[in-house]
Amino acid sequence: MLRVDGLAVYYQSLRGDVKAVDGATFEIADGEIMGLAGESGCGKSTLGKSLVRMDARMRYVGGSVELDGRTLPIWDDAKMNAFRFKEISIIPQYALSALNPTRKIGHMAEELLSSRDVHLDRVLPELRRRLDLVGLSESVLERFPIELSGGMKQRVVMVLSSLLDPSLLIADEVTSALDVSTQRAVSELLVEFRDRGFVKSMIVITHDLSFLYQIADTILVMYAGKLAEKAASDTIVDAPAHPYTRMLLSSLPEVGVRFAERRLTGIPGRPPSLLDPPGGCRFRARCPLAFDRCGEEPPFAEVAPVHSAACWKAAA
Amino acid sequence: MAVSDHERTDPAADRIATLDVAAPTVPTAALLPSGRSEFAYFALRNWKFDLGLGVVLVCVAAALVGPLLTDHEPLAFTGPTDQPPSSEYWFGTTSFGQDVFTQFVYGLRAAFVVGIVAGGIAWLLGAVVGFTAGYRGGWVDDVLNMLTNVVLVIPTIALLIIVAAYVEVHSYATEAILIGLTSWPWAARAVRAQTFSLKTREFVDVARLSGRGTRQIIATELAPNMSSYLLMMFILLFGGAILIGASLDFLGLGPSESISLGLMMNNAFLSSALILGTWWWFVPPGVGIIAIVGGLYVMNVGLDEVFNPKLRER
Amino acid sequence: MTFVVAVTIDWAIPRFMPGDPVERLLSRMQAQPGASEALRGYYAEAFGFDVPIWQQYLNFWAALFHGDLGLSIAYFPTPVSELILSALPYTLALLVPAILLSFWAGNKVGALAARRKVLDNTVLPASYVLTATPHMWLGIVLVWLFASTVAIFPVSGAYGLALQPEWSVEFARSFLHHWILPFSALFLVGFGGWAIGMRNMIIYELEADYSNYLASLGAPTKLVRKYAYRNALLPQITGLALALGAVVAGAIVVEIVFSYPGLGTLTLNAIENRDYFLIQGIFLFLIIGVLVANFVIDIAYVFIDPRTRVGMQGGP
Repeated sequence: MLRVDGLAVYYQSLRGDVKAVDGATFEIADGEIMGLAGESGCGKSTLGKSLVRMDARMRYVGGSVELDGRTLPIWDDAKMNAFRFKEISIIPQYALSALNPTRKIGHMAEELLSSRDVHLDRVLPELRRRLDLVGLSESVLERFPIELSGGMKQRVVMVLSSLLDPSLLIADEVTSALDVSTQRAVSELLVEFRDRGFVKSMIVITHDLSFLYQIADTILVMYAGKLAEKAASDTIVDAPAHPYTRMLLSSLPEVGVRFAERRLTGIPGRPPSLLDPPGGCRFRARCPLAFDRCGEEPPFAEVAPVHSAACWKAAA
Repeated sequence: MAVSDHERTDPAADRIATLDVAAPTVPTAALLPSGRSEFAYFALRNWKFDLGLGVVLVCVAAALVGPLLTDHEPLAFTGPTDQPPSSEYWFGTTSFGQDVFTQFVYGLRAAFVVGIVAGGIAWLLGAVVGFTAGYRGGWVDDVLNMLTNVVLVIPTIALLIIVAAYVEVHSYATEAILIGLTSWPWAARAVRAQTFSLKTREFVDVARLSGRGTRQIIATELAPNMSSYLLMMFILLFGGAILIGASLDFLGLGPSESISLGLMMNNAFLSSALILGTWWWFVPPGVGIIAIVGGLYVMNVGLDEVFNPKLRER
Repeated sequence: MTFVVAVTIDWAIPRFMPGDPVERLLSRMQAQPGASEALRGYYAEAFGFDVPIWQQYLNFWAALFHGDLGLSIAYFPTPVSELILSALPYTLALLVPAILLSFWAGNKVGALAARRKVLDNTVLPASYVLTATPHMWLGIVLVWLFASTVAIFPVSGAYGLALQPEWSVEFARSFLHHWILPFSALFLVGFGGWAIGMRNMIIYELEADYSNYLASLGAPTKLVRKYAYRNALLPQITGLALALGAVVAGAIVVEIVFSYPGLGTLTLNAIENRDYFLIQGIFLFLIIGVLVANFVIDIAYVFIDPRTRVGMQGGP
């Protein structure tokens, strides 16, 4: 299980720090698939990536992360290596180009595994089984990435990332580049990985709420670097507490409802700059429910059992 | 713990369809000092660009002003032979009693002439051929590509040696034209590759759909996006032309009626300056070339960082 | 194809250049009136001016296939091919090691510089200076410093004056002694270029998606670097084919500086004496050599880069 407390990760840029993740606190239980949703630039990808590996521009600012009771030293690249791949793993956003183009897939897997002190022979039967599970023949191991289609590469990366049965798997925008039917297949596979115990828990990062509704147990909505709301998927869809979540949902087209009957409303305005975010609630400028107290930042607090939201109005 | 059931046909599920909510990013232009172009702002702040540009400008200044500072003629036998640098002869004299400094600054001039003219010709040819081949594609591309490959593979120096041997070169402009006519292939290749990658981008399709003519598209859509690339290419061609010109002059295939840096080295070599140890004769020309060409290369690195933000201070 | 064009150019230039080469030759010889007529006739025949143009062209090709490049004017009556072949080994002795070693060393050091800031700050500027250095100037400076001022190395020639080329230790030692400086001139300039190129390529590869993926899965930097190096070498090899022309040019001038009995000095003599046949022969030889080298590199590249292999077979 995962426990995150007050995690803050900033990006260094020429003009100052971009406060991409500014105080995230949440928990994920064993067996739980948590969806992490929000618009582009809200910090969800940064949050996911920071748990596994900080890239050159990311800077750990504060907070703690605990996986299965052990502290994850995400600020220390070298120490994190012991956890990577084995305890916590990631299916990256760029999965389609994540494989070395000049190496046969099997060869690369072997070198990767042996560099992590795992002999290929030991995991080969399991690897074969999982490839079969995702609908790939064993022969992909003899192929070069260029010989595979996008969907095939995506599935290879899924299998590879989860091969050592990590406790937590982070799936970052795994379906953004795929067509709808492949999306469906991939979403089903993700759930199956959890059901079969390949991974204990999962964070699925996407901007696509409808996708999350299909596979996630809980959904965490982020806005402008802060957590907005977290609840069970049903609750989020049926009874969202945060105005942002509500507007997000109502801005989605409804199957069967025609435009002439009900117009699509977007959310007017833009998210605030993360370089110099405004004080108080960050959604304030675009929120139809905003009032004076919103000048003070609302805490991400429980509004109902296993339902948290960061809004003064939600608690009411 | 609710297990998501994706088979539900709950009306709630029906409500939800895919919608990509993209947040607009803060425009960067708003954060720059107003009234200055973004290019100039970043370019001048890049120390590599500044350093390279500085060195090149010093050489330009030397080439322009130098001849005014000296009252000797480059080829005139004005003084005692083989004199080390002194207050009278700043760079000393040659074995023939010529003032090395004068030769040096006139040589710088010749180098710049060759660099600009040859670089310019190669640049023009390469850009035109590359653009046309990349944009038109099809058989035009095939023909031009073949032509490019043929000229590319032929070693430039060999071609120049043979041509210069038959054509008595009398001016640096002529030499430059020859160099320009033989150095364009790699520029053409590079431009063609760039054109290919740009051609498939959406904004070109939009332009085409809105009915703009080919030449218009090239001028208004492709060229501005490639301008950074073209600029960097010109700088590289400039530098390369100077090096090739120096080699030609060293071989004695350049004009002999005036002086150039390569010719200085040739004369020094032939007059056994190496043995005599009259280093002031052959060291400055090389240093001059290194300064100009090296400065250009470093400028290019700086420009690359300006145009590709990813490279900035990684 | 290129070969045909090259040969045609070689044949065409003397015939279409302004000025009459025969007249020019004669004016240099200051022959007596009666003799000059005979000479003129001889040269006209040698150049083939006495037969129609198309026949000249065919004759040229015929002679080529017989390995007959004509007779040298400056070294009359030695055949051109003989002169070239006797000079060739010396040029190759300089060129081949210089190309191979500068490529290998430059790439290695460039890769090292890409990951160590200290090394980067010294190697990079040095490499820029080196690659901007004209070959002959470096040769001149080396001679001045190490052969003239401090007489460690000989000033010129390929071997001691008293020796004859033979397979003996003494000759080998003298040969090496004379070889070092010209080799260094070629090596250093090439080294600079390759180091810069490799450094940039490595940085690019280290930031590629597959590198990030491997690192996210905890692969040690050694593995990531290994992959990056291999992938960065590929464009460098392509660059090698393009750089051949420049290296050959460098070799010619360096040989002249050292009076090294290779094709370079041969070229210089040919130019000075307006030995058109020799020039033509050398030109042809250079072209053939470069073409062959390009061809070899192209073939080798297909074997090294799996993507081209797959592309040729036709991917899925």
